[in-house]
Amino acid sequence: MYWNKELECISEEQLKELQFQRLKNTVKMAYEKVPYYRKKFDEAGITPDDIKKLDDLRKIPFTSKADLREVYPFGMFASPLSEIVEIHMSSGTTGKPVVAGYTLNDIEIWGEVMARCLTMIGTTKNDIVQVAYGYGLFTGGFGVHYGARKIGCMIVPASAGNTRRQIEIMRDFGTTILACTPSYALYMAEVAQEMGIEPTTLKLKAGCFGAEMWTEAMRTEIEKRFGLNAYNIYGLTEIIGPGVAHECVEKKGFHVFEDHFIAEIIDPDTGDPLPEGKRGELVLTTITREGMPMLRFRTRDITSLIEGKCACGRTFNRIERIRGRTDDMIKVRGVMLFPYQIEQAILEVQGVEPHYQIVITRPQHLDEIEVMVEMSKETFSDEVKHIENLKKNLERRIEDIIGIRVKVTLVEPKTLPRSEGKAKRIIDKRSLNE
Amino acid sequence: MNKVYMISVFAENKPGRLERITKVLTEANINILAFSITSTNGFGVIKFMVNKWKEAFDLLKERGFTVSLNEAIGIEMKDQPGGLYEVVKILSSKGINIESASVYVAETRKRAYLIVEIEDTAKAMDILKGENLKFLNPEEIK
Repeated sequence: MYWNKELECISEEQLKELQFQRLKNTVKMAYEKVPYYRKKFDEAGITPDDIKKLDDLRKIPFTSKADLREVYPFGMFASPLSEIVEIHMSSGTTGKPVVAGYTLNDIEIWGEVMARCLTMIGTTKNDIVQVAYGYGLFTGGFGVHYGARKIGCMIVPASAGNTRRQIEIMRDFGTTILACTPSYALYMAEVAQEMGIEPTTLKLKAGCFGAEMWTEAMRTEIEKRFGLNAYNIYGLTEIIGPGVAHECVEKKGFHVFEDHFIAEIIDPDTGDPLPEGKRGELVLTTITREGMPMLRFRTRDITSLIEGKCACGRTFNRIERIRGRTDDMIKVRGVMLFPYQIEQAILEVQGVEPHYQIVITRPQHLDEIEVMVEMSKETFSDEVKHIENLKKNLERRIEDIIGIRVKVTLVEPKTLPRSEGKAKRIIDKRSLNE
Repeated sequence: MNKVYMISVFAENKPGRLERITKVLTEANINILAFSITSTNGFGVIKFMVNKWKEAFDLLKERGFTVSLNEAIGIEMKDQPGGLYEVVKILSSKGINIESASVYVAETRKRAYLIVEIEDTAKAMDILKGENLKFLNPEEIK
């Protein structure tokens, strides 16, 4: 199902023309209205007139999260404050928060892209949409709300928390679409069971899950627990909030709404564009936003681009599931490495979610990787030879995936540090300043 | 069937690991009757036969150790020269391969038990039924 078939199935040629026109306008507006962009353009020696074709986008300097913090709170706004009708803010866990301003038209666009997301997974005006993302400065709640309202759904603005009541509402109202973080969905399933409500008896048919990284294994779990179809939603405050991209029923990547956002994949080290299928950092440019146009924003999310028409009929390019953050990336012997790759290998061999830590050293002139893996109940054997085999299998599988030989050390359970939220996976002991 | 149980614990090969495990058993007043350590580079497996195996197993698990419980057979032997030889002679004549073994001395210089772990405990006990062997009765060590 499409919300806006004409645009969602637009031909490549028409899309490129539309993107170019909109990009040109956005660049002009940014240059004229935002001193920060003007300064960056001047430093790079370019003007809006240098954008003569779509590919000229690459001439524009990147915008980073640090740039946005520097101009806190309103320095990136291209519209006067009198035209700004809504404000959202990122959490700012690592410094000053980022403030996003929306004009009335921006809110319209947000509703439009969110309506596409929800329709993509089968939502119609007959559905009851329970929004269990937080409402407030966080974009999650309002974003889904605006989309559902455009469709004409019955919205239950439950916001996050008060889990028992959420479940009672789902049961009593007959909620059909659930929108929340995937970890909260799993928690709700647990609580429902405690309350004596079997989650599969609820009327939920689909879920729109995002705002945090999650895995295929989690998807399977959520789908099994609730008997629904779980889909990925992608978005970020700096661009618009949720609704930048969404997964269709094919579950093979998320369609980026390219008539509003242009996606590029770059090598996070060099900034060079990467071809289709290559993993790198996602860079996004807004081409319709007025409140806060964003030019080549470095998301720090790692993914790859899937080009070409999808089986669902949409022509918008897709991004694959977010694989990690550039903050987690590490270069070893010149090779880009992410903890998720090692996690994947351990998961395949052990069959359980692993606790592990990666230690990088440089004893001589060559980097060495040691992967410490906690022994699990599931894989423990009382025979040393079996454990040695496990270790060898882990080493082999990791080498297959990352292309570098590693040393695996099996350690006792619960000996590696745990953390709430972001786990410290990499210990880099190389001294690189010699 | 006169099966006994061995508890196996995974341990890194570092000072203090055996101490941590035995402390748990000590505090629960569990007696170790037989034990063995196998180690290789970096890690090892410590095996115990104790008087209260179920309790010991649950306790170690609860304390976060990686632990497993394995069936074993205790075969009586004389605690004197030739005692072990007499027993293993029978095992090898029946083609029974020992995966791991330890010894429980019930009465010094008189009576001991060879505690063996075998791939198929039930089958092995069946084969050994007709032989002139005495098996350790789990009730005896409680």
